[in-house]
Amino acid sequence: MLYFFFNISLGSVAIPFKDVFYILLGENTSKETWQTIVLNFRVPKAITAILVGSGLSISGLLMQTLFRNPLAGPFVLGISSGASLGVALLILGTSFLGGVFISGAFSNWSLAIAASLGAFFVLSAVIIAANKVRNTMSILIIGLMFGSLTSAIISVLAYFSEAAQIQQYMFWSFGSLGNLSWQELSVFTIIYSIGLLGTLMVIKPLNSLLLGENYAKSLGINIKKSRTIILLITSLLTGVITAFSGPIAFVGLAVPHIARMIFTTSNHKVLIPAVIIIGALVLLICDSIAQLPNSEYTLPINAITSLFGAPVVIWLLVKKKKIYV
Amino acid sequence: MQKKNPIIIADAINLAIEKGKFIAVIGKNGIGKSTLLRTLSKVQNPLHGTIFLNEKKINDYTNNDLATTLSLVLTERLPESQLTVFELIALGRQPYTNWMDTLSEVDNRKIQWAIEQTEIKHLQNKRFYELSDGQLQRVLIARALAQDTEIIVLDEPTAHLDMHHTFKIFSLLKKLVDVTEKTIIISTHQVNLAVDLADELIVFSNKGLVSGKTQTLINENVLDTLFSKEIILFNKTLRQFTINKNN
Repeated sequence: MLYFFFNISLGSVAIPFKDVFYILLGENTSKETWQTIVLNFRVPKAITAILVGSGLSISGLLMQTLFRNPLAGPFVLGISSGASLGVALLILGTSFLGGVFISGAFSNWSLAIAASLGAFFVLSAVIIAANKVRNTMSILIIGLMFGSLTSAIISVLAYFSEAAQIQQYMFWSFGSLGNLSWQELSVFTIIYSIGLLGTLMVIKPLNSLLLGENYAKSLGINIKKSRTIILLITSLLTGVITAFSGPIAFVGLAVPHIARMIFTTSNHKVLIPAVIIIGALVLLICDSIAQLPNSEYTLPINAITSLFGAPVVIWLLVKKKKIYV
Repeated sequence: MQKKNPIIIADAINLAIEKGKFIAVIGKNGIGKSTLLRTLSKVQNPLHGTIFLNEKKINDYTNNDLATTLSLVLTERLPESQLTVFELIALGRQPYTNWMDTLSEVDNRKIQWAIEQTEIKHLQNKRFYELSDGQLQRVLIARALAQDTEIIVLDEPTAHLDMHHTFKIFSLLKKLVDVTEKTIIISTHQVNLAVDLADELIVFSNKGLVSGKTQTLINENVLDTLFSKEIILFNKTLRQFTINKNN
């Protein structure tokens, strides 16, 4: 909460803490532009950061438990690439479908649906392959292969597209937490909440999966059903996040590990709230860094998460020497 | 997928297992002991035929009903997690808990009882990866006990254990059958201990599968079929397998 407030206070235009506080309470401040900046730009952006950070972290946690592999995550398994493919088909693919000129913004829902479908498609393919090979190392490699496959398709699409559309796609792929209207944010929140509710439903299967699938089955868990729910949640969350803020690396993989190290547990009753809080915090911090306080520039969020996050994870792993599911 | 000709190891198995007995499945490596146990416990589907549990087809059981009737201790390694011994045993209560997996008074009592029976109270706050193989095996047995089922199936529970721990596991299982009247079915390579302690044997050999009371099988010379006679013989007076020294 405190950091949420701190994050809002930072930006290209310096606004004193006191005024930010008043604006959030709905009172008038000395400058009206400040009010617009805070309410229409900074608050939506901070909320987006929270949703993106926690959503990706949940997806990462679910994937790591489902595959019982500490390296799993929305990015590694090609799910984010799948979502990118969905978006690419929507943005770049339109030139094939008669070249309808689209002036910037697509409908919020269509972008979200395209990305979720893309994510689900790749995830299902990974699962089908996973059922055949069983070996978790092979599954990760298959995920990576699907990732490069989808990037290749995107490259081919880009080659045949017009410059304006490529630019639009490139801009999207840098990742951005800003530029979301309150209306877009509500679409985001609805889908996010569905994902979150679903996550609460699978706490029990997730915990028993810590013993492996055979034990989980012997404890009365319907593996097929639980797996389908987990996959749906992951593709929905990753899909909607990727649609609205671009492919954001690292968070989904790293936050569950940070949570496990802090709380030294594998119990999902603890881990799920933990990754939500840590994920939200991590992205808020990354966002604050990306804005370069009091300067005019804003760096792509995707670069920041990796630039600052990867060394943190490496340091943690070297220090702790062992990683768990 | 595989077009190889299947090798039929045991055909037309007709097996009836009695309640409240300690039953050992013995046989050479790769003969199908694990497959039999995995089929009996619905980990894998039968290649052919039907399994009845309390006069009801095993496929007619819901997941949860089966989970409250039959529990498992498998040979597979647990994924690397940070579960504590207590948490691991508490997972055995999942068939009885609500969607949040909250432990009730009864659940806690059953867990404590399982911990006492297996004598692992001093381990309960440790993480399971810190345990020795022998300790981990007791913890897994405690988990199956906490599941509170009529039948416990254990696949080679003494696979990685030394003689001391092997013996301790066997006597623990024997005690549990006597105290709780549960049916415990194990597969094992500890043939001498099995002959000594099991109420009934299921003997897997190249000639197929024979089951019955241990003494009856000894009298009928069934145990001689287990290994090739040139190397290992069954000595009826010692009630033990011995190396054939004539060769």
